[in-house]
Parts: sequence; structure tokens; C-alpha cells
Amino acid sequence: MKRLPLLLLSGLAVAAVAACPGKKPETPAPVSAGPDPDSLARAQKAHDDSMKAAQDEADRRAREDAERRQKTADSLAGIGRSTDAVKTILATMIHFDYDKAIIRGGDAAVLDQKVAILQANPALRIRISGHCDERGSDEYNLALGNRRATAAKQYLVSHGIDGGRVETVSYGEERPMDPGHNEEAWAKNRRDEVDILAGGDALKQP
Amino acid sequence: MTRTLALTALSLAVVAPVRLSAQDTSAVDRGVRIGILYRPGVRPGIVLLTGRAPALDSVRAIMVRDIDYSDRFELITLPGSDSIRLAAAPGPRPAAGTAAGKTSGGAASAGGLNYPLYQALGADFAVAVTPAGGDSAVVTVHDVAGGAVRREVRSRLPPLSDPGFRMAVHRLSDRVLEATLGAPGIAATRVLFVMDGKAYVIDQDGAERRLVSSTDHSAMSPAWAADGRRFSYMEFWQGHGRLFVQDVASGKRAPVATTGQALDFTPAFSPDGKTLAFSRAIEEGTDVYTVNIKDGCCLQRLTVGRFYDNLSPTYSPDGQRIAFVSTRAGLPQIYVMGADGTDQQLFAPFDYGATGSSNAPEWSPDGQAVAFHRDVAGTLQVFVLDVRTRAVRQLTSVGRNEDPTWAPDSRHMAFVSDRSGYRQLWIIDLETGRIRPLLQQSGARLPAWSPRLPETAPSTP
Repeated sequence: MKRLPLLLLSGLAVAAVAACPGKKPETPAPVSAGPDPDSLARAQKAHDDSMKAAQDEADRRAREDAERRQKTADSLAGIGRSTDAVKTILATMIHFDYDKAIIRGGDAAVLDQKVAILQANPALRIRISGHCDERGSDEYNLALGNRRATAAKQYLVSHGIDGGRVETVSYGEERPMDPGHNEEAWAKNRRDEVDILAGGDALKQP
Repeated sequence: MTRTLALTALSLAVVAPVRLSAQDTSAVDRGVRIGILYRPGVRPGIVLLTGRAPALDSVRAIMVRDIDYSDRFELITLPGSDSIRLAAAPGPRPAAGTAAGKTSGGAASAGGLNYPLYQALGADFAVAVTPAGGDSAVVTVHDVAGGAVRREVRSRLPPLSDPGFRMAVHRLSDRVLEATLGAPGIAATRVLFVMDGKAYVIDQDGAERRLVSSTDHSAMSPAWAADGRRFSYMEFWQGHGRLFVQDVASGKRAPVATTGQALDFTPAFSPDGKTLAFSRAIEEGTDVYTVNIKDGCCLQRLTVGRFYDNLSPTYSPDGQRIAFVSTRAGLPQIYVMGADGTDQQLFAPFDYGATGSSNAPEWSPDGQAVAFHRDVAGTLQVFVLDVRTRAVRQLTSVGRNEDPTWAPDSRHMAFVSDRSGYRQLWIIDLETGRIRPLLQQSGARLPAWSPRLPETAPSTP
């Protein structure tokens, strides 16, 4: 198990030395070390380092996640009690990259708000509609819009919302937000919209 | 002398291409061709004679266009009416002409046609239309080189005010094509398309545009049944996609059973008209289904994508196979399967990671090719897949070109292009490469070319 990376490491080192004769490798250990007796220890250390880095990364993500949640809660707290304000938050669109149906990192917070609103209003039912820009094929865009709508629904469901409360539809490129023919318009048009189907008369603040 | 001429003409008719290209060197030939941009070509020359009946002016105008749009002839335009009278001197037709069908060459010269003159103009055929009493007309096709009438066809021709007038004239044009080249024409056909969310139908020559879908729902993806008596399309209903089948003659439509609760789109009739294949988008993804539209039952799912989409089915003309789009390899590409969903495999080859998205396949009426569009350097181009060799050929390169649909002759194709600055419908002839606009209006898309339309509309049940 440990032998393979070690061999690779030393192989790399040989290759690196061979590749630039007469020149000192710029980066010292572990690569420049060559096949010396310490390499095993160094490899072990590298392994430990990467494990630690992964742990740090996980911690950082958890921290960011918590911060994001806090931010979401703060922003929701700030909107007051009015149903209209809740509706506005609920209607905030999310956007997609060209020919993609993956929720962007920044849009997760937008969906988190919708999770909170749905949790605070058990009678609320919504419809998510997926939309595309005009560059793709007209008919393929119906399938792509469908993927975009269900991607958002899956996010809500994976955060505890009953799937029966969320309907999905696709309009492909048939209902552009911006009728323009440039990247600015296209970016706006690649989106999910949220409409209230039922239970939206008196919405509670989360 | 006459005999020699006739003989020569006969043999030349067989090897027409050789003769015509040989003629390109003839100064006389260049000199007398008037009104057309002369191009060296191998197509037979044809001239449409003007009769004395002014009522037939519009008939002639429509037929000239049809014959031009067939892309099978060098259309010879006559210098002007005076010269025509001098040249043609068309006396009253021999009264009879009752029996539709062919007459042998013998009776020919009786019409008084100046065959040598038309031959000098480069015409291989001359066509005259004369009223034959009532709602009918006689089309006389002269074989100019042979100096004889090749065929006389009696055909229905309702008055100009009749809604069936133009289609009747288009049928005359198709008769001319049959009588001269033995090839069925495409004049008596129409094209369905979508504009501003509504479905329209238009004659193949760009005339008689009519709304066919409802005005209160957005429509997409019209498609013809193989008998030309029905068509199908999708409408958005509250975010769902509902399929309808509509009768051409009565204009009545019925929703397709089992659709309306999901997003159903891109309907395609099986050649026998009993089955409708379509795409259905549900939360799991988009897949190809079929439903029996004869009995309104028996929904069948042909593909199971789950993590990828399958859509846009199109039947082979023998009804045995379905070409469709699948994203199973990442980007959408063209695949094929048995009509029951078995034996799914790649159809149009592509280079993984290099070839762009491929969409909107349509199987040609002769079964030999599948047209589709593919993303090339950020824009769409029309391609043709050879079904036997599976070779793929790029057809267009100017602007964005998409959603090809075959004419029933499998050599013409309508598609959407922005080559003129805005998206509109164009027609290309694959044999000559000639391209013409079908509709000079922005926003027309998703065309579907009809089969040859049946002469009489059936009464509705």
C-alpha cells in the first residue's frame, strides 16, 4: 500500500533531476530528496499534512455553512412580518451556467431562505419553473429547464421539505426575462422562478 | 432532315446532361436566353406558355414559381407577351382532351407550336394550360425536342375565389413534373411552423399563411401525420405540456389521451398513423414514450434515463426504428432504437469532448438520411446523417441554422436561419445547393414539412 506512492515519488525525483542537469531543483524536500532513507518518513509526513489540510477544509466549510445559515436567519429576521416581504424572498430567482442544471454555491443561500419559509408555513405549496437562454435547441431546452426546476426541488427536499409541496415545470426558452441577445440577457434568462400554488395568503416570517 | 433532328433529340434526351453542358459553348444559346441569369447546368429547360385566357394568368404565375422551386429545370422566361404571341400562336386546343392521361406524340404539331424556336431558346419542354370547361383545365406538356405533345392531363381547377384554388394549381405543377421527368413533385405541400407561440401552416411557396393552433396557449413542435390529414403539436397548459391531434379538413382537435399531467412535447406520428411517440419530462428526467392514438390507450415508455435525458423521437419511414436525442454521453447526441425501445445505440458519430450538442433529428421520407442540427463553434448548423454509412455531412455554414425538416422528395429541406439578420424559415435544395426564404418574417421556427397532401379532404367522422 505504501510502496506505490513511494516508488512514484522517487521516480518523479529522478525524472526531475534528470530533466534539468546542472540546475538545482528549486523546491527542496520531499521531491528533491531522492531515494534517501528519510523518504518514507517524509511521505508519511506529507500524508499527515494532507489529512490535516482536508480536516481544516472540512472545518472551514462547516464554519462557512454556519455563517451562511446565520446570515440567512439574520436577513429573514430583517424582513418584518409582512406577507409581501416573505413573498419577495420566496420569489427570488436562482440562476444557472450555460447548459447546466447545477445549483451554484451562491444560490444555495437563496434556496435556504425558501426552506425556512416553507418550514414556517406548512400550508404553503409552490411551483418551481425552469428556464433557459435562447442559445440552445428550442426543444432540448424543455428538458434542460426541467432539470433546472428539479435540481432546486431536490435541494428543498434534501433540506427537509415534503416533495408533495413542490411542483416543477419547464418553459425552456419560451419565456425569457430579458429579450436581449447578449450574455447579460442570457445570464438572466437561465433561471428558476418560484410561484405560490396554495397557502400564500398569510405567510409567516420564519 | 426532320427525321435526323428528331433522332438527335431523342438520343440527347437520354443523355441530357452531356448535351446541355456541350451547349454551354454555344454563343447562340447564350444570346437567346433572356430573363434568367444563365448558369451552366445540366437541368432540362422548360418554358411555360401563356394562353389567351387572362383567367389563367395567376395559374401561370403560381406554376412558374412551383416549377422554379422544384429546382429540376432551367426555367426559360420569355421576352414579353408580344413576342410570345408571335412565337406561340396558340390556337384553341383540340376540343376533346376529355380523358385524363397521356396522348402519344402523333397529335402534336396540330397545336401549331413553333418547336424549332423553343428549341433554340433552350427548352426541352413547353407547358400550356388551357381551360377545359367547368372547374377543370388541361395541362399540355410538349416535348420540344421531339416536336410532339408528350402528355395531356385534365385536372380539377376551381375558380380563383375557391379556397382550394392555389392547392389545385400546385397539383397541376406536380402533374407537369410527373409528365416531364416522371418524378413526383412537392408543389402540393405545406409547412407547419411556430411563430409568437402559435402554430401556423403555409404553402411551400410562401402563400396562404393560416393560424392553426389556439390563441390562448403557447404552442410548440408541430408534426404531420404521414397521410397529411392530421397533425399534432404541443401546448403549454399551466406549465404542463399537452399534446393535441388536429384534423386538417375540419380544424377540429382532440387532446391526446394520457397527456396533460406532465410536460409532453415533440410529438411524432408513426408512419401507419396509429402511434404517437413523444418526449415526457418528469422529475426523474425526460424520456421517450409512445401512446396508441387510435384507441387512446397503452402508454409505453421506451427509454429510462434517470440521470440523463432522452427526447425528440422521429420514426423511420418503415416504422421499424426511432431516432432520438440522448444526453447519455454528456451532451445531447443522435441515437437510434427499435420502435419498441430495444437495441438503443449511437446513430450519428461524434468525437467525445470535441463535437458539440446535436439535436432535432428528422428522418427523411426516403429513409436514407436523418437531418439534425449540431453546435459548431457556438452556433448551430444543419447536418445530414447517411443512415447506411453513418457518415455525417455539414450542410450549412452561414449564420445559425437549425431545426431541419424534409420535403417529401427527400431533396428539399426547410430550416430556421438567421443568415439574413433575423431568424426566419429557409428552404434548401440539397442537389443544387440553392437556398431561398420561405417566409420573410422574423421569429418563425420549428418548421414541419407536410407529406404530399391528399387531393380530397375526408369528411369528419
